[in-house]
Amino acid sequence: MLRYTIRRLLGLIPVIFGISLVVFLLLRIIPGDITITILGERASPQQRAQLRQQLGLDRPLFLNLENPDELFDTQYVDFMGDLLRLDLGDSLLHRRPVLTELRERFPATVELTVTALFIAILLGVPLGIVAAIKRGSFTDASALIVALLGVSIPIFWLGLMFQYLFAINWRILPISTRLDPDLARGFQNITGLYTIDGLLRGRPEVTLNALKHLIMPAFVLSTVPLAIIARMTRSSMLEVLGQDYIRTARAKGLHGRIVIVRHALRNALLPVVTVIGLQAGLLLSGAILTETVFSWPGIGTWLLDAILGRDYPIVQGGVIFVALIFVIVNLLVDLSYAFLDPRIHYT
Amino acid sequence: MSSSVTTAEGVVTLDQRRQRGLWGDAWRRLLRSSSGRIGLGITIFLVLIAIFIPLLMPYNPATDRNFPRRLLKPSWLLSEDVREQKNIDLLEHPFGTDDLGRDIFRRVLHGTPISLTAGLFTVSMAVVFGSLLGLIAGYLGGWFDTVASWVMDILLAFPSILLAIAIVSASNSPTAFTSRLGNAVSSLPVLRTIFDPQLFNAMLAVAIVEIPIFGRIARSTVIAVRHQEYVTAATALGVSGPRTLFRHILPNSLAPMLVQATLSIATAIISVAALSFLGLGAQRPRPEWGRMLADARQYLLQGSWWYITFPGLAIMLTVLGINLLGDGLRDALDPRLKSKD
Repeated sequence: MLRYTIRRLLGLIPVIFGISLVVFLLLRIIPGDITITILGERASPQQRAQLRQQLGLDRPLFLNLENPDELFDTQYVDFMGDLLRLDLGDSLLHRRPVLTELRERFPATVELTVTALFIAILLGVPLGIVAAIKRGSFTDASALIVALLGVSIPIFWLGLMFQYLFAINWRILPISTRLDPDLARGFQNITGLYTIDGLLRGRPEVTLNALKHLIMPAFVLSTVPLAIIARMTRSSMLEVLGQDYIRTARAKGLHGRIVIVRHALRNALLPVVTVIGLQAGLLLSGAILTETVFSWPGIGTWLLDAILGRDYPIVQGGVIFVALIFVIVNLLVDLSYAFLDPRIHYT
Repeated sequence: MSSSVTTAEGVVTLDQRRQRGLWGDAWRRLLRSSSGRIGLGITIFLVLIAIFIPLLMPYNPATDRNFPRRLLKPSWLLSEDVREQKNIDLLEHPFGTDDLGRDIFRRVLHGTPISLTAGLFTVSMAVVFGSLLGLIAGYLGGWFDTVASWVMDILLAFPSILLAIAIVSASNSPTAFTSRLGNAVSSLPVLRTIFDPQLFNAMLAVAIVEIPIFGRIARSTVIAVRHQEYVTAATALGVSGPRTLFRHILPNSLAPMLVQATLSIATAIISVAALSFLGLGAQRPRPEWGRMLADARQYLLQGSWWYITFPGLAIMLTVLGINLLGDGLRDALDPRLKSKD
């Protein structure tokens, strides 16, 4: 197990290296002339040359072959050096360190995605179980419909519909952002998760207000994982319920509920755990759209604004960070199989 | 071809025998499953709309304006007084009108060819490049396989929408090669009514993001059959490498490819609409569903629910139909189910 973990960790190195290379190249080669995009097409050649120099874009990309004494005095080496020192540079538009902004934005996305995943699990798993036990019933049919609609509804549209219904028409939930402005003013964060910070600071009204803001975007974001989890739970449960040992347990005269909970569920949930882990990528993708619809000040809106505003330092640092999180979560999911399924041995 | 063979039971034409093959079986199973039937029905319905609407109901989004009828509810919900006053028939605007007084029903219909083409085109590109990459990587092995798998791993390491956004914004730069490509493609006669350069770039981005999915399917097929006897036999008979690859190995991946491609069309339609919704795809006044939602969003606070409802329902119906078809195909083509039949 330890050897497998180490091997997987080493295997991450080329992928992370590749991610940094893609981000580096995407911003330097494909866009043609960055200076035109920043300064506009009317900028004079001198202005553009000056900006190129300022950004260090006039230097060689990978190896300085013209001057072998300074072979590694190149853009990529500097870029990687800064990255390894966690120096992500300053935002071009906000003139603040990218890392500082990342720290402010990340908790908002964590709060949103983790809540969404909780909703998806809390609704999806029971729905799948009941659907499998009562196969062919009304519950089963509705579970299948939920599973189908969940993957077919564009979540940005669902977000807009919810905003209309709950915030504009019925006025029971706030339409966007994380907290009412008068509560947010002067409130000192601890973890950056308002729902928790409100309790830590002894201000339950902040927690309550944060929850009110959170529920709509989190539910919207949960739809796709909810659908996938419900579907997976149902089919996995059906497969297990058809096994011989379930029949044996029933034949022994065990109570139906004990058979389901102790014999079936434990085995059926294994593939579900896998599927839950795989939702991390979907949640991050979905978060970009959900955050946009609900003006949620997280990583998604931050990156989108940076990409649209051509704020390259943020794009570089942010995209690499998100990809890193994604890769690490996937690794943890892979490793968790070994703990959960004693039949799997990694060598 | 209708040649025939003589067997113990008499003369059987080869055509009849072929119908009992994998695809014939699959087709019959598809029609027998309810999700397959519903999915196929919805998809055919939408394809017919996409083909015939531009012919039967020509539409020019650039000149379609009618300010006196701005932001009206669906006409069947308007009171008789209002309808009389504005001289509107009961079903004249079944989905209401938008901020420029355009009929939303008409625009939603004209969005069908755009989204279907976008989905089909995107996935076709991803299938062609992905399977080529995967086939060659699996067949050649060695350093090419290592590099190709590395590239696919990296592409899969980004959340899909994020990568697509980054690619679009990079390729929308006026000097980028893809911008010129987009301009060229969207000025072709038929395509002009469907794409604009930015929408083309969005499709390109979604295609790139989906390449590794197909690359992996193709690669795993090659690796699974590369050492089977019939492949060795083909090589021994002197069949060339490319011919072995395309005639003897590729057909093995057609079934999983077809299922994945169908499901990917559904995802691609949502992704392209999402990019348009973020302002990175279709531009005004093109009646693209995601773009319409982006416009509608600005009138949400005024309570124009119909403006957001119908373009979104259109996306949902399309994606639902194609997903059902994909599910049906998967069940129909899954050999494990076949044995239970």
